[in-house]
This record gives sequence, C-alpha cells and structure tokens, in this order.
Amino acid sequence: MTGTDTTRDTTRDIPAAAALALGDDALILSHRLGEWAGHAPVLEEEVALANIALDLLGQARVLLSLTGDEDELAFLREERSFRNLQLVEQPNGDFAHTIARQLFFSLYQHELYGELALGDGPFAPLAAKAVKETAYHRDHAEQWTLRLGDGTPESRARMRAALDALWRYTGEMFQPVEGLGDLDWAALEARWLAAVTALLERAGLALPEGPRTGAWAAGAGRQGLHTEPFGRLLAEMQHLHRSHPGASW
Amino acid sequence: MTAVTPDTGHGTGHDTDLGQLAAAFDAAVAADERVEPRDWMPEEYRATLVRQMAQHAHSEIIGMQPEANWITRAPSLRRKAILMAKVQDEAGHGLYLYSAAETLGTSRDELLDKLHAGKQKYSSIFNYPTLTWADVGAIGWLVDGAAITNQVPICRCSYGPYARAMVRICKEESFHQRQGFELLMALSQGTEAQHAMAQDAVDRWWWPSLMMFGPPDDASSHSAQSMAWRIKRHSNDELRQRFVDIAVPQAESLGLTLPDPDLKWNEERGHHDFGAIDWAEFWDVLKGNGPCNAERIGRRRAAHEEGAWVREAAAAYADKQAAKDNGQTEEARV
Ligand SMILES: [Fe+2]
Ligand SMILES: [Fe+2]
Repeated sequence: MTGTDTTRDTTRDIPAAAALALGDDALILSHRLGEWAGHAPVLEEEVALANIALDLLGQARVLLSLTGDEDELAFLREERSFRNLQLVEQPNGDFAHTIARQLFFSLYQHELYGELALGDGPFAPLAAKAVKETAYHRDHAEQWTLRLGDGTPESRARMRAALDALWRYTGEMFQPVEGLGDLDWAALEARWLAAVTALLERAGLALPEGPRTGAWAAGAGRQGLHTEPFGRLLAEMQHLHRSHPGASW
Repeated sequence: MTAVTPDTGHGTGHDTDLGQLAAAFDAAVAADERVEPRDWMPEEYRATLVRQMAQHAHSEIIGMQPEANWITRAPSLRRKAILMAKVQDEAGHGLYLYSAAETLGTSRDELLDKLHAGKQKYSSIFNYPTLTWADVGAIGWLVDGAAITNQVPICRCSYGPYARAMVRICKEESFHQRQGFELLMALSQGTEAQHAMAQDAVDRWWWPSLMMFGPPDDASSHSAQSMAWRIKRHSNDELRQRFVDIAVPQAESLGLTLPDPDLKWNEERGHHDFGAIDWAEFWDVLKGNGPCNAERIGRRRAAHEEGAWVREAAAAYADKQAAKDNGQTEEARV
C-alpha cells in the first residue's frame, strides 16, 4: 500500500483503504454465497443464504461507491489490488464449511460494525444499518453451528473439520485496518474469541487448536495477498464485464 | 365454502351423502365460491390440484437453475443484486406452492421425491440452456411474461390456498418481467455486440416460450374438467394468443425482432397471426430429450442428496431440543 495521501479521498474524507477492505469483504463473501443458488440442502436455505448474500452485496455497493465507481472497482481491479480477508474468498466446501466461514465472519463483522456505529466516523451511518443485518447473519450461523454440532455424528464431524480448516484464516481479521480510527482491535478480538468459545461449547464442539494465521504474514489479504481459489473467483466474476470494455449494462 | 363442509356427526347413508356433497360442491364451484382445505372435495379434484401445484412448485425451483447459472458472472453489481433477488424469489414461490399443496395432505418431501424420481414434471422451458447474459433478460421478459399470462387467471382458481399463493407470486413475477425487459433494453440500446446478444437470446427463447402454454386445445387432455372445476379458466390457445398480442409491441419498443416470418396483425380477428409451432420439439423435450433435462434433474438430485446429512442433523437436533423441553416440563411438575 502506498501512503495515506493516495488512498484518502480528501473531498469526502473517506479513508479509501478502509472502504476497500470492508467493501471487498462484503463483495467477495456475497459472491461465494451466490454460488449456493440452486445447491442448498433445503429450500429455506436457498432463501436464507440469498438474503445474506444480498445484504452483503448491498453493503459492498455502498462501501465501494464511497471511494470510486463500484463496477470499476469490482470488475476491473487485479487480484493483488483486492483488500478482502482470505477467509471470505475460501471456497464454499460443504454446508459445514460455509457455516463455519459465516460464523467466524459474521461475529467479526457484527463486533466491528457495532463499534463503528457508535463513533461519528465516516462509516457510522453504514455501520448503523449494517449492524442489524449482521445480527441476523450471526444468528443464522449460530443456529446452524448448534444444529450441526449437536445433530448427528456425521454433522458433528463435518462441522469440526470445517472449523479446523478455516481457523487459520481468523487471525487476519484483527490486524488493524488503516482508516478506521482508533479502534481497540485487541478488545475486538477478545470479544470475538469469547463469543466463538461460548458458542462452540454450547454446540459441544472444541475450540480448534493450532495457529490462527497461516504461513503468510498475518493481514495478507488486507495487503493484496490472496489464496489460489481467489484468482478463479475473479476470473469468473470479471470475465463478462471485461469482455465488453466501456459497455453499460 | 362452508356450504360443503361435511357434517361428520351424521355418518349414515353414505351414498346419498356423497351424492349430495358432490352436487353441493359442483354448485358452489359453479357459483365461483372458494374451496378451502377442510371442505369436502371430489378425489379427482384433489388429485388434479396436487398434480398441478406440484408441477408448478417444481418449475419454480428447477427454474432457479438456468438463471443462477449467471449470478457469478453478472456484469454489474446492480444486475447481480437484481438477479440474486429474482432467483431468491423463485425459491420463495416454491415454498408458497409446496405449502399450498400441503393443505391437500401431500408433504413437500413426497413431492420432491416424485420430482427426483421423474414421476412428476416441471415446465419444459427450463430444459433450455442459458448461453449468454442476454438469456437472463429473455427469460425475465418472455418466460416470466408467459408465466404471468398463465398464472393471473389462477389467482381466481376455485381452490383458496392455491389462488392466494398465486396472488403473491404474480406480483413478484411482474417485477421479474419488467426487470428482464429493462435488461434487454439496455443491451438492445448498447454496443453492437450487446444488441446482437439480445437478439440472439430472443431468437432462441421465443418459440419455447410459446410452448409454455401447453399443447394446442385439441390435443390437451386435462383441460375440459379443469375448466369445469374453475382450476383453469382459459384454454391453452387463448392464453398463447393473449401472450403473443402483448409481446409483439413490446419487442418493437425493444428494437428487437421476433423470429417468426408469419407474425402479423390480423385486422379481422383483432389478434396477431403467428406461425406454426414445432410440436415435435415440444413433445421431444417433454419426453426428456431437451438440451438440459438430464442436467437440471441431475443437479436437483445432487443438491438433495448432498444436503441429506444437513436435514438429518437439523431433525436430530430438533428432536433433542424437544426431548430436553419435555424433560424440563417433567421436572417442573415434580
Ligand atoms: Fe416464480
Ligand atoms: Fe419469476
């Protein structure tokens, strides 16, 4: 990332780096959830997953528009310019993986937006609206974590495997994001960890062991370093838009 | 329609009761009264409704697939949001319709099993592929448009739960139709490549859309009885004509042509004449030989099978919770 001067839109005082980080999280997770359409295990989940995807897409559009043209940002940036967490780009896997990803992310997003909504920073209006949405996303993920954790032996095994697999992407969430003001990231992380711990205990699932960051430096996604599946996600998402330069849709 | 609610207190003289019930039913339906789930109804009426509502519900959920095919490739975030919301609406329509069918004593699981076993059908239109982005617009404009033409009369269907579900559904379908039209308009007025994409999509979807109204009246097996029961109110050919008359001026304002050299206004009839439909193709797709029959049902089955462990877990969890609640009630009593 270059210095603050180039990433800060002084006209509206919107910290571009932060708008991109939060906007890309929402954009990419929404895209992944959109991949579930027609594949969900039960009709009610077609509706629920689409609801969450639509909320996130709405957030992404607001956030990206704060710092530029939403479509240029979504469809014309290269992989290394995306600032989303590696967690949200991880493939859907089975339903348990999707729920584990939702659980980790929605708890994070809910805590973060809760903080931002309290302040008077540039993201407060968006956060105040989004925090109601993230409360629903969190409840949805929590309910399913309980059902899968305390359902059948198979569902418990799958849920445990999913939590273990995604655990190493959760450390990145608490690397401070430039432009979000003086958030207490350590306190945010402590609250997140407490919430995850309490819920997994209720679900009869152990807290995953092992490191919460991978071999890449913590905060990699925020610095534009992503995982292999992300390139394919972008190839699919951007192909049509890029095939018709300058066209409007 | 309380007039036909059976008086279960007097069980003697079965045959006369049945005769009276049937006569009262026919009279009530002929007077455009609504039949409700607790009312007595002929078994054939029930079976016809279950078959039709099941086919309709299946069409909603299979119909998600061709459009979901483009969610991850939508060319703008605005279009992506509209498309996701549309596919979600179709899932919701499926939910309403399976619930309406449940009022006749047939569970969603039973109906899904029949769909997966190939014993119940869904609309053949969804056996055609979505090859370009413009197909999303063509489906909205033509397929949702044809669905509306078919379904608006069902809002006055004699069976209450079906009619009420259709009122909600038709409102949303008309959104879909307008959004599809607007998508095509943007393409038609866009670059040369976009215009060509829109024209190609309309060329491919026009004839299958006309087939959505079903076989011509002289070859339609269920129509007469369904009309008498006020499940159906217009013949297939009437509805098809209505759809053509609506679509022709819309195509003109889109700046797109319809692929039928015989299409022209007939002053005398006050309707558009149109060319012969390839019924051989219709029957062939219906039999399972369409371009995507195997893919659509395969994907549906796969989603169902891959989701089995999730549904089992949810059921097991619900059982455990219920047992816990009972246990707590027992404790409270002690
Ligand atoms: Fe629908
Ligand atoms: Fe629709």
